[in-house]
Amino acid sequence: MNNKFEYLLVKNAKLIESGETVDFVVKGDKIDSIGSVETSDFQGETWDVEGKTVACGLIDMHVHFREPGQEHKETLHTGSEASKAGGFTSACCMPNTKPTIDNEQIVSFIKEKSKNEITNIYPIGAISQDRKGAVLAEIAEMVEAGAVAISDDGSCTMNSELVRYALEYSKMYGIPVITHAEDHGLTRGACMNEGLVSTKLGLKGWPSIAEDIIVAREILLSEFTGGKMHIAHTSTKGSVELVRRGKEKGINITCEVTPHHFTLTDEAVLGYDTNAKMCPPLREQKDVEALIQGLKDGTVDVIATDHAPHHIDDKDVDFPNAAMGITGLEVAIGIVGKHLVETGILDWKQALAKISTNPRKILNLEMPKIKVGSKAEFTILDLDKGWTYDVSKTLSKSKNCPYNGWEMKGFVNGVVNKGMFWKANN
Amino acid sequence: MGILKINHLLGLEGVSQNDLITILDTANSFRQILERPVKKVPTLRGKTIANLFFENSTRTRVSFELAEKRLSADTVNFSASGSSVSKGETLKDTVRNIEAMKIDMVVCRHSSPGAAKYLTECLDSVIINAGDGSHEHPTQGLLDIMTLREKLGDLEGKKIAIVGDIAFGRVALSNIYGLKTLGADVMVCGPSTLIPRNIEELGVKVSYRVEEAIEFADALNVLRIQLERQNGTGLFPTLREYNRFFGVSKERLKINPDVLILHPGPINRGVELDSDVADGNSSVILEQVTNGVAVRMAVLYLLSGGQEVTDEQI
Repeated sequence: MNNKFEYLLVKNAKLIESGETVDFVVKGDKIDSIGSVETSDFQGETWDVEGKTVACGLIDMHVHFREPGQEHKETLHTGSEASKAGGFTSACCMPNTKPTIDNEQIVSFIKEKSKNEITNIYPIGAISQDRKGAVLAEIAEMVEAGAVAISDDGSCTMNSELVRYALEYSKMYGIPVITHAEDHGLTRGACMNEGLVSTKLGLKGWPSIAEDIIVAREILLSEFTGGKMHIAHTSTKGSVELVRRGKEKGINITCEVTPHHFTLTDEAVLGYDTNAKMCPPLREQKDVEALIQGLKDGTVDVIATDHAPHHIDDKDVDFPNAAMGITGLEVAIGIVGKHLVETGILDWKQALAKISTNPRKILNLEMPKIKVGSKAEFTILDLDKGWTYDVSKTLSKSKNCPYNGWEMKGFVNGVVNKGMFWKANN
Repeated sequence: MGILKINHLLGLEGVSQNDLITILDTANSFRQILERPVKKVPTLRGKTIANLFFENSTRTRVSFELAEKRLSADTVNFSASGSSVSKGETLKDTVRNIEAMKIDMVVCRHSSPGAAKYLTECLDSVIINAGDGSHEHPTQGLLDIMTLREKLGDLEGKKIAIVGDIAFGRVALSNIYGLKTLGADVMVCGPSTLIPRNIEELGVKVSYRVEEAIEFADALNVLRIQLERQNGTGLFPTLREYNRFFGVSKERLKINPDVLILHPGPINRGVELDSDVADGNSSVILEQVTNGVAVRMAVLYLLSGGQEVTDEQI
């Protein structure tokens, strides 16, 4: 249940920056006051979070909410619900819908349809009309209607000239171009990483260089145009090294990794588990290590889930015919806690930056803060609490997740956003 | 239950040496039946076997069907053309409908790697993989091994070279797994574009020169070069060039004239194998075909719960 409020008093909230515990009052979507309030005088809702951490609301800058067109997999509503369950107060939905988000009307449709959801849903418009890679979509109009970035995610914009123009054009509006780095000439018919495992399984492999080649191109195009390039779902050691070198040269590039690419390898495909099929595919141990190093040294700016819900009918088939992608919103924070924080790779402050403040900087979104007058959009987290993921309880419409039964660390107690709050069951 | 550790035959990867020897010994016993005037035993009477061929096949389908008939099983054949598949039915629905008609075993050929494994998740029947894409073709591997054992005896330390399309050939993987389990020394040979990455991690030698393979081997298993592989950019330029550099010819065999020649068929004469070699004295290609029936009888028999074959049974 999402509860609307006019005034909300949050008590005993621990701040991630200073570690101090405060009370504050939210009025609608703004922080109204900070400091103790006489409870007896207070007219409004009260939520005593009992010393839990209050963090800047999490944002997933890479999700597929399938609406319009594939509402049997996910809708803006179920996507919003899965977001809040994962502690995400904002999500950016990719344009590979049916029809494609490539014009102002569909951007407006998404904004309008999701306006009463507790999650902010930010549409990402297509780079090219119908994501066909031929002609630029109406980028300025989409930005005016609320698109926060452009991407042909799901397929790579192979025409370098078009990517050049996209970077130059989007520069006028300050939005990033998000690339799906895959040289399609190298991945025809491929359904997993190319390596020993694909050889053993007889499956056509997707070589890591298919990603690296495009990442190198995007960095060069970004340098040439001065445009803002963000690399989606970085999965290879080669990509991380290229981005690191690009950043050292001062080129305007950023990148994200998904939790599955830094926790799983292509060995998860042994046995032909279709929940281990995604694009880009799960890679090898050396790639996992490179992604983790990139997270640690700051080469990797963002953790995004590439939440890709699919109906059981699209996954319960023979492996080559199975749809690509997994759901990720509800497990992201637990995986980050278990595999990045508990292992000492990042501390919580660094980890949360990659799923809250860093994406907002890339997308030029207002930064929520516990500060009077600031946007009240935050996530309540029990950072020390361990839990186990049970996919049967998901709020997403789909259950294609390989993390069922995994141990997690870092529990979402609830979210506050848009004058609403939601409390999780403990 | 039966005397095998495996419940299905999905591939030769992970099949124990004991299981392999049991299947091969049983196949040898059944081989005798095929030489008799009355080539039939009642061993699988009352069992129903569905042969589901979602991909074209002549010899494998006929071989399985004959093996089933020799064992007195009832058989039903399904082929993809003109079937429910063309009406958009899913693989799962198709096979579950057929199983609902009460069958005991399923023999499956499908273009998707992992299809046979997937059927074990959909069905209760015993599944036998008759080829799943570029993954495995275990009964082909077994019949190759049976033929090799007949000619070379114990395969421990014997040198076997597999020549041709290693990347897309399911026969190659099944041979590699089975032969390695039996202790053979295996080499794969072909153009570098037809050799998949990391194959050497399966414990095989790799060569890009057919002369080297010929010199190395006690037996050459020459795989079919498929014309359709040339589509798109082409993994090798032309069949003509393939024959020039990788074709097994009498001339090339001069360095090792006694090497055994196997081929899973169908042969592209003049491409991977010249006619005088295919039909020559060292060729055991037709014996492979005969052994194919025996090996499939053994697999069907053992997976249906059969015990060690006694003289009364045959």
